[in-house]
Amino acid sequence: MTFFGVPTQALFGQLLIGLINGAFYALLSLGLSVIFGLLNIINFAHGAQYMMGAFVAYFLLQWAGLGYWWALLVAPLVVGLIGVVLERTMLKRLYALDHLYGLLLTFGLALVIQGLFRNQFGSSGLPYQIPPELTGGRNLGFMVLPNYRAWVVVFSLATCLGTWYVIERTKLGAYLRAATENPSLVQAFGVNVPRMITLTYGFGVALAALAGVLAAPIYQVNPLMGADLIIVVFAVVVIGGMGSILGSIVTGFTLGIVEGLTKVFYPEASNTVIFVIMALVLLVRPTGLFGREK
Amino acid sequence: MKLPRLVTLVAAALAVAAAPAHAQISDGVVKIGILNDQSGTYADLAGPGSVVAAKMAVEDFGAAKKGLKVEIVVADHQNKPDVGSSIARQWFDADKVDVIVDVPTSSVVLAVNQIAREKNKALIVSTGATSDLTGPQCSPNAIHWTYDTWSLANGTGSAVVKTGGDTWFFLTADYKFGHDLERDTEAVVVKNGGKVVGKVRHPFPSADFSSFLLQAQASKAKVIGLANAGADTTNAIKQGAEFGIVKGGQQFAGLLVFLTDVHALGLEKAQGLLLTESFYWDLNDTTRAFSKRFADRHRQAKPTMAQAGVYSAVLHYLKAVEALKNDDGPKVIAKMKELPTDDPIFGKGMVRADGRKIHPVYLFEVKKPAESKGPWDYYKVRATVPAEQAFRPMDQGNCPLVKK
Amino acid sequence: MTTTSEAAQTTATESLSAPGRHQIAAFALMVGLLAVAPFFIYPLFLMKALCFALFACAFNLLIGYVGLLSFGHAAFLGSAGYTSAYAAKAWGWPPELAILAGTAVAAALGLAIGALAIRSKGIYFANITLALAQMVYFFCVQAKFTGGEDGIQAVPRGVFLGLFDLRNIMTMYFVVLAIFLGGFLLLYRAIHSPFGQVLKAIREHEPRAVSLGYSAERYKLVAFVLSATLSGLAGGTKAIVFQLASLTDVHWTMSGEVVLMTLLGGLGTVFGPVVGAFIVISLENYLAQLGAWVTVVQGMIFVICVLTFRRGVVGEIARFIRKPL
Repeated sequence: MTFFGVPTQALFGQLLIGLINGAFYALLSLGLSVIFGLLNIINFAHGAQYMMGAFVAYFLLQWAGLGYWWALLVAPLVVGLIGVVLERTMLKRLYALDHLYGLLLTFGLALVIQGLFRNQFGSSGLPYQIPPELTGGRNLGFMVLPNYRAWVVVFSLATCLGTWYVIERTKLGAYLRAATENPSLVQAFGVNVPRMITLTYGFGVALAALAGVLAAPIYQVNPLMGADLIIVVFAVVVIGGMGSILGSIVTGFTLGIVEGLTKVFYPEASNTVIFVIMALVLLVRPTGLFGREK
Repeated sequence: MKLPRLVTLVAAALAVAAAPAHAQISDGVVKIGILNDQSGTYADLAGPGSVVAAKMAVEDFGAAKKGLKVEIVVADHQNKPDVGSSIARQWFDADKVDVIVDVPTSSVVLAVNQIAREKNKALIVSTGATSDLTGPQCSPNAIHWTYDTWSLANGTGSAVVKTGGDTWFFLTADYKFGHDLERDTEAVVVKNGGKVVGKVRHPFPSADFSSFLLQAQASKAKVIGLANAGADTTNAIKQGAEFGIVKGGQQFAGLLVFLTDVHALGLEKAQGLLLTESFYWDLNDTTRAFSKRFADRHRQAKPTMAQAGVYSAVLHYLKAVEALKNDDGPKVIAKMKELPTDDPIFGKGMVRADGRKIHPVYLFEVKKPAESKGPWDYYKVRATVPAEQAFRPMDQGNCPLVKK
Repeated sequence: MTTTSEAAQTTATESLSAPGRHQIAAFALMVGLLAVAPFFIYPLFLMKALCFALFACAFNLLIGYVGLLSFGHAAFLGSAGYTSAYAAKAWGWPPELAILAGTAVAAALGLAIGALAIRSKGIYFANITLALAQMVYFFCVQAKFTGGEDGIQAVPRGVFLGLFDLRNIMTMYFVVLAIFLGGFLLLYRAIHSPFGQVLKAIREHEPRAVSLGYSAERYKLVAFVLSATLSGLAGGTKAIVFQLASLTDVHWTMSGEVVLMTLLGGLGTVFGPVVGAFIVISLENYLAQLGAWVTVVQGMIFVICVLTFRRGVVGEIARFIRKPL
């Protein structure tokens, strides 16, 4: 049985692949969305921070012999801490200004970070193995599903839903959302708003690093791994609605699937399809599918 | 004759003999420009290593003892034709560079080729791949040294089909280089009795190949030809390991793979990969000796064919300059075609009228981890293509320099 | 953008038609330096800087005077470059027509992208221009006529207006200088005109401008198209000078570069982009040996400028002499 010339078996396989890729997009755009939604900062350095997460995982293995499971915990902490430092020293000064300055600053930071890593490590990429517990695959009939990729979907989904829950449904999340809407009022209630903002930025950055650790075993760990990805993730966030956490998650997964289908029917366009969709969405709904005007 | 007069005459004769050696070398210095990617995707397979190779060639040639002043300058073209052509223009116009060597990235090669021709200087390409350089774009100012897309397609294509890999699926990078590589290899596969059962074009560059690999798997082709290079190739192989491509019985044929790519992948992932190169450090005693000296100067990394090619090219260039006592672009190139080549890299060989250097080419298979005795011990020889058959026949290239 | 309003405050007090004496002096200095420079400095380098200076000035119109940050201006530079290169090489057009063709294509593309983007503001505007420029990039990667990775090479220089043989590097330089000055003066005129005043009003308080009867969207669109057109002029000229059009010119990093040049030179100043372009091109040239350090240095300049040097070089000078530049 075929579907537009493609056997259904193959189609299911591609859909599943698309879902897996969507998990990455969702996780990355989650961090970006948290940062923009709550802090109104466009974090162009997100791609570089994703890359740093992958590198920290690599270093942990090379220098400390600590494997993947440690990396999942430590890398986000380390990179998140770096993010906190960045926020305290540089981003803080720009809050009173136009948001575009934040974009330019993080763009500059991305250039610096990627340039430094490239100088040090070249561009060929460093190897990082899939952890032994997750190697191998499961034969689903229409394809072999690598265990590691299944893990990526599950973990991303859990993280995304967990984050969404914390921000939208818990008291901490409520404080956070209130603090960004009206910082002075919330501060008057005794909540340490600047600290919350710093920690939130750190959290968003940690999410990027987490995605980096997830990516390390399947994509090459190399200094430019985030550079072209960041543009796509921006598109995802814009389509989902800047500031909507749920929007980014849903859009991330959906776009992964759409891209996967494009790879089957018209692979040359798979790079562009996300941007075409973004242009269309913005024409109809300038604030994105789930977004609200800020 | 009285002694003082004899001495004066001899001295005068010596002075006259010595002077021309410098009088015709432009500005008294032979300036060699190494133009390649110093910090990007191709930095490891050429990059600073090519500079080391060039310096070794200058020293081994004994330039100092022969009274020839040789200088090496380096620049990073970042794999962009605009950057490369700016540097080439500045080097030739303002900085008195006589020859540009190395040049990875075919788009830069073609741009610099034009400029070398315009400015009447010389170009020797070691890392760049496009076979157009000895074809429609051939020039009396350029020589293509180490390998080209035709030799890769022919080496891998024919040798693989002959050893049983007769059904192919192509995974092609969707840009000119990828298309050319696919086209050339397909022609060779078909000519040798093989069949191409499918192709898919992936965007250039791509990070995720899972989709395309699934299609390759479904095709059940015995060989999956990777018509791409650099990170695309290594990513495809890495992800292929996840999907059990090799375990499922299919083989990857890398159409442009260097030793450093295999090093970056690791044998666990790269084992069984088939590839063609014109040099490997462990081929024979002379290559081993050269490679050890190179590794000692280049962080213990063995030379790739690109870097070894730079050594061989610079050595032959200097021999030609010495013989001619002149560093004028086209004249030296012509001399390089006239003199036979001989070096520890390729052994004995020659440069054809269309600017193509000839030497044998090898089909390698990447060893299994258990078969390797240590870092850089990655290849075993599967087949050797003799020099006369390794490169496109001169009459098929459409090179205007070749008399019909 | 809040700080450009500060810089703009000073310009708000300028009269419509007559430039101040200091501005005339600055202009004369610029022309004088540029006229003598090729006798001391490698002209190809200067021509590159001039093309980018024009590009930055065109970009500055949008960010400095309309307040819109476009992150996709490379689309105009590159598409014009490809068009001019193709026209000169494949159709054999003389350089002036080839450059005009490129400029026209950039204008058309500006209209198309502008119409889509102009409804958004701020971050959204930056994002949509980035995405649309990415589409242009991928189109250029795929299209046959652009030559993909190779780009269009060996573009003939030809004879300008049937009089000036551009193969002579000095002749080429002065032609490029003339084109640059033409574009520069056109932009100056646009800014210091009733049209420019309306743009300023829109940037400072759009609802008020609209209530006075000005169609804000139409004015912004016109400014966008003008910016795109002159970026195209820069791109077309660059293609003829370097005899090459390549993917670098449409890549998003090129969009970032022009932002850097304008920011460093001074957003919203007349001479800022020119100074910024020259500094950045010189830095790239000087650091070319060091490969990846170029991006690090560029990034650091961004960071430092945004944190402590928002007015840029010319902006600081203007503040020092207390006169707009």
